[in-house]
Amino acid sequence: MAARSNGERSPARFDVRLVQLKPSKGRYAENLAQSGEIFAQIVAEGTPDLIVFPEAAMTGYFLEGAVYDLARPARSFADDLVRTWRAHAGEREVDLCCGFYENDDGTYYNSAIYLHAGRTDYEIVHVHRKMFLPTYGVFDEERFLSRGRRLQAFETRLGRMAILVCEDMWHAIMPTIAAIKGARAIIVPSAAPGRGIDGEHELTSITHWREILRATASEHGVYVLYAGLTGFEGGKGMTGSSCIVDPRGAIDVQAPEIGECVVSGTIDLRESDLARATLPLLGDLNAVLPDLLLDDELPLPKGRSQ
Amino acid sequence: MIEVLRAPAGAFVREPAINPEVAARWLVAFLQDELIARRGIHRAVVGLSGGVDSAVTAYLCARALGAENVHAIRMPYKNSSSASLSDAQAVIDALGIAARTIDISAAVDGYLQYEPDADARRRGNVMARTRMVVLFDQSAKLDALPIGTGNKTERLLGYFTWHADDTPPVNPLGDLFKVQVWELARYLGVPRALIEKAPSADLEADQTDEGDLGITYARADAILAQMLLGYTDEQLVERGFDERDVKLVRKRVDSTHWKRHLPTTAMLTNTAINEFYLRPVDY
Repeated sequence: MAARSNGERSPARFDVRLVQLKPSKGRYAENLAQSGEIFAQIVAEGTPDLIVFPEAAMTGYFLEGAVYDLARPARSFADDLVRTWRAHAGEREVDLCCGFYENDDGTYYNSAIYLHAGRTDYEIVHVHRKMFLPTYGVFDEERFLSRGRRLQAFETRLGRMAILVCEDMWHAIMPTIAAIKGARAIIVPSAAPGRGIDGEHELTSITHWREILRATASEHGVYVLYAGLTGFEGGKGMTGSSCIVDPRGAIDVQAPEIGECVVSGTIDLRESDLARATLPLLGDLNAVLPDLLLDDELPLPKGRSQ
Repeated sequence: MIEVLRAPAGAFVREPAINPEVAARWLVAFLQDELIARRGIHRAVVGLSGGVDSAVTAYLCARALGAENVHAIRMPYKNSSSASLSDAQAVIDALGIAARTIDISAAVDGYLQYEPDADARRRGNVMARTRMVVLFDQSAKLDALPIGTGNKTERLLGYFTWHADDTPPVNPLGDLFKVQVWELARYLGVPRALIEKAPSADLEADQTDEGDLGITYARADAILAQMLLGYTDEQLVERGFDERDVKLVRKRVDSTHWKRHLPTTAMLTNTAINEFYLRPVDY
């Protein structure tokens, strides 16, 4: 972890790993064990500050009714993840972010947890519950799950971040709000079934995703950390393509669509400052936003939010 | 006067496009995942008819599993075209895959001798289902998985025998229109004779798919690709398709939805399988 920049409470630079994996459907313990082996591989080359897993990483994405068999409380999932980390990394400190199906006292969510594992204990820093549940075509999330109700940016030891799960990212207003709330890095755990075979060199859905990630990063001057599942689930192939996008919209590193791998990179939040200085779109938005939101023609509730 | 830049008029009447390199890469990964990763099966059995669909399937299997792990089964009936056998042989030779020829005439006739009045459609269905009996038994013998060869066009038009051609548990071509299969075949290096000959189920003498269907694959695929996006018949005709073709395709699609589903089961409880009790195929 590098020195902190002036005025920053968090370090300016940190190392991140994105784990692109292909879980065995429904085999939670087996997938945790596989993640442990990946942890061992990662720490053998040095301990990163943050490790990010995709959406539904320990179960697979398409579960239908089996989601009720496999969803678990956030605390229980965090315990399992940290125990797995400890078994392979000992007392090394790390932040972990991972998508999972959450059972919150009988209400089920497609969630992603962000936790900090200290030397001997750990803290759940944030749980984001997916807000946009795709329920069309091949997708059927809202048949089985409830949607999250709140998008938050949250403080971590590495800087202020937000999590958007998969389709959350496809709605431009989501990263926009995350950036307005101060996120400097947006983490996107994803499970994206590929389609579109008339593209130039890849499935068109991969191209579409990359355009969204790059446009988001450059518009708001944020890092985007995208971790995608890979492998096929009942004929539907997850497109991997995990990547780090810098605050100017350039792809620092991108994984192939097929195959498990670890994507490694360094985040330098001072790049976010410089990008925003060059292209101050977020500052412009902050200035104009009140006028936009006070527009009576917008279908916004008029009362105070809870 | 300043220059006016006009958007090109979109070609609405066009065959569905494919990047065969992208599709091949994806389908090879699909076969590897479905067979090896999910099922732990390293061998495939492909019923090789001499047509382009089964040839492309064999080529993809050879890429995914290695030619040594692909077994071709030719299953001629006594009136099958000799060209079908030789075209299938060309694929076997080109790929260097193991092959066996099992004549289904005795099995088919063993039943049909009691049904001498069976018409061509019934006889064809018996042949198609007999081929699946053979293919599944061979897969059990060889510790292999039978791979389906049906394409999206024949699935949409209902041009297959229910619980026969559509039976194998894994199918790489089922979301590709016929014209896309041809393009993929060219990319994979399938022998030209198989790509250029008129497609045929080869259940009767001089039978061709396009003769049976009453429309060419090129025209049907262009219509299907837009129809599936939600355009009405009126919109399709308004945008350039032939009205007779559109009606023909629509009638075939709408009358065969049942062929693309499992059997209809009476629902009596709130744990009815696949209605309430929902588990994915790979769970």
